[in-house]
Amino acid sequence: MMTHKTVRRAIQSVAAATFLATTMLSGFAHAGPTLDKINQRGAIKVGVGTTPGFFAPDSNGKWQGFFIDFGRALSIAVFGTPDKVEFTSSSPQQRLPALQSGEFDILLSGVTVTTTRAFKLGFHFGPTVFYDGQGILVRKDLGVTKAADLDGATIGAQSGTTGELNVADFFRKTGKTFTPVTIEDTGQFIDALESGRVDAITQDSSDLVGKRTQLKKPDDYILLPERLSKEPLAPAIAGGDDRWLELVNWTVNATIQAEEWGITSANVDQFLESEDPAIQRFLGVDPSFGTELGLDPKWAYTIIKTVGNYGEIFDRNLKPLGWERGYNSLWTDGGLLYSPPFR
Amino acid sequence: MTAATRTLATLRTGLFGTRTNTLVTAATLLLLSQILPPLFRWAVLDATFTGNAEACTRAGACWSFVAAKLRFILFAFYPPDLQWRPVLVILLLAAILTASAVPRFWGRPLLFAWPLTILACWLLMQGAFTSTPIPSNQWGGLPVTLFVWAVCFAAATPIAVLLALARRSTLGGLRTFSVLYIELMRGTPMVGILYVAMLILPMALPDGLSFDKMLRAIVMVTLFWAAYIAEVIRAGLQALPAGQTEAATALGLGFWRTQQLIVLPQAFRIVIPGLVNLAIGFLLATSLLAVIGIFDLLNAARASAADPQWLGFYNEAYIVVAVVYFAICFGASRYSRWLERRLAAGRRL
Repeated sequence: MMTHKTVRRAIQSVAAATFLATTMLSGFAHAGPTLDKINQRGAIKVGVGTTPGFFAPDSNGKWQGFFIDFGRALSIAVFGTPDKVEFTSSSPQQRLPALQSGEFDILLSGVTVTTTRAFKLGFHFGPTVFYDGQGILVRKDLGVTKAADLDGATIGAQSGTTGELNVADFFRKTGKTFTPVTIEDTGQFIDALESGRVDAITQDSSDLVGKRTQLKKPDDYILLPERLSKEPLAPAIAGGDDRWLELVNWTVNATIQAEEWGITSANVDQFLESEDPAIQRFLGVDPSFGTELGLDPKWAYTIIKTVGNYGEIFDRNLKPLGWERGYNSLWTDGGLLYSPPFR
Repeated sequence: MTAATRTLATLRTGLFGTRTNTLVTAATLLLLSQILPPLFRWAVLDATFTGNAEACTRAGACWSFVAAKLRFILFAFYPPDLQWRPVLVILLLAAILTASAVPRFWGRPLLFAWPLTILACWLLMQGAFTSTPIPSNQWGGLPVTLFVWAVCFAAATPIAVLLALARRSTLGGLRTFSVLYIELMRGTPMVGILYVAMLILPMALPDGLSFDKMLRAIVMVTLFWAAYIAEVIRAGLQALPAGQTEAATALGLGFWRTQQLIVLPQAFRIVIPGLVNLAIGFLLATSLLAVIGIFDLLNAARASAADPQWLGFYNEAYIVVAVVYFAICFGASRYSRWLERRLAAGRRL
């Protein structure tokens, strides 16, 4: 009988070995540019995960979520309709090799941008669509509103993850004390918190928000505003297709720029009468701009009309789970979202 | 003695016959008294049977989750309006499995029925004869689990027979190949095989000859299971006395006729319990398909509890899956016992 841990280790080592083999083989494998394949196939193959709010199937088996909406936006940018996209769930161990082998055209599965992935693995990343980071979820009755005030708390962290180290580093910096409790299985975090075994738990905040809704009394707990690590989640594509990369870049940028201008799916038609030449270019009122780029002049208009701007995508999928915009606000609101100009 | 008192007497000796038995009975009762009341409270008293997720208290089971998600757990991404197709696939597979289980049907027609059923299931799932084909990334749930299980097992068996015969062959090259193949496959974890199917196979094939991920997985799993089945069949071959083959040779039968008429029918009879045992293990192993992103039954159940509308009802989802797996495995093991008795009775005659 193999234990859970050995199975996981076996899976990881096999994945690593396969990955190595894949990396070597891909040197000889000749693949045409991604966009050619997409056009030929008539659909974009997107690798996703299963995290509540980000990507999950609804009761009818239709994918819903924050990243899913960006996949639909991409489908509009390439084909003009939101449904020419095939979402396939992939595990964290196999998503990067699968992207490299051409199984997916793009990963919208919450991949953190890192140097290694860019240089050694040769992936390209689109704009960060979600600024995630390690957070701390605490019981409200501790009376703490920011992590720097935590003193003497018992904090549960997943064993063997960087989360454990990050929280230790953080407390070394603040000079306060804490008692670490390592938790083996991610499912046990809720029990530990509810039984009072720990005062707080720390994980990536995207996990914590999902966990908070599963607590018996979610309102008795708050997610502290600080992030102990940087986890910028961005679309990832294989190298070698610059035009595909630009399509990804500017699709994401379009949703951000639209929010900056206040263009939503509800009022986009009114903006067609806007006098602002930038908005005219953006919405294809002046078709020469899009045509010169080799795009449907109405591509951004259709994205906003169908999927909505960044704020709408966020509010539709993540707000019901209790997400605050935080870092994922526009730069004009003190966040990190910033679109280059459309000109 | 009436039947009732006899049962009572059996129970008494069974439960309290010796000191050890009494102790074990007492310990079991104590354990059950600890487990059952909270389980009952969770599953029945505090449970919610109707309404939406908000109506569910986290204290008890949320059976309305199962009502809302059963379709997704069983059929995953398959288009709901074409759901009769996977239902038909399940029925077809159940029919062929049942037919294969009855010794009266063992014969040539069944051998032809298998490939036809598999083909029919594949066409049904693919959405043949409709306007929109259904790509395999929309297949999922129980039909996928059953389909992969049945197809791989059925396709692996003939390969396994050849491997088992080759391993017992006197031709050195053939034997070495068979030994190498079987040991290599059995020395590799199934997850590794699935990664090969998912990642290496597409790159090893010439450009433009890439085929469906589901099909790749089926091919690799078939080759993998064949090694295990071959070893079970070899046990059956070895159990036959050499006199059987010698007598067949003396009668002037060639190698293939000997195998077909004399050796294999007897060998299969011997190894059926072993094969059923393997089949049960393989059914559970199909859940590993999740690592390459195929939505088998277990994976679909897991995903069903990630829906923000119905977040976190993992226990309920896993219970549904456990019931389905148990029903199939329990049925298979009861069948195996029945068959053993029946074949043993036949041998006594």
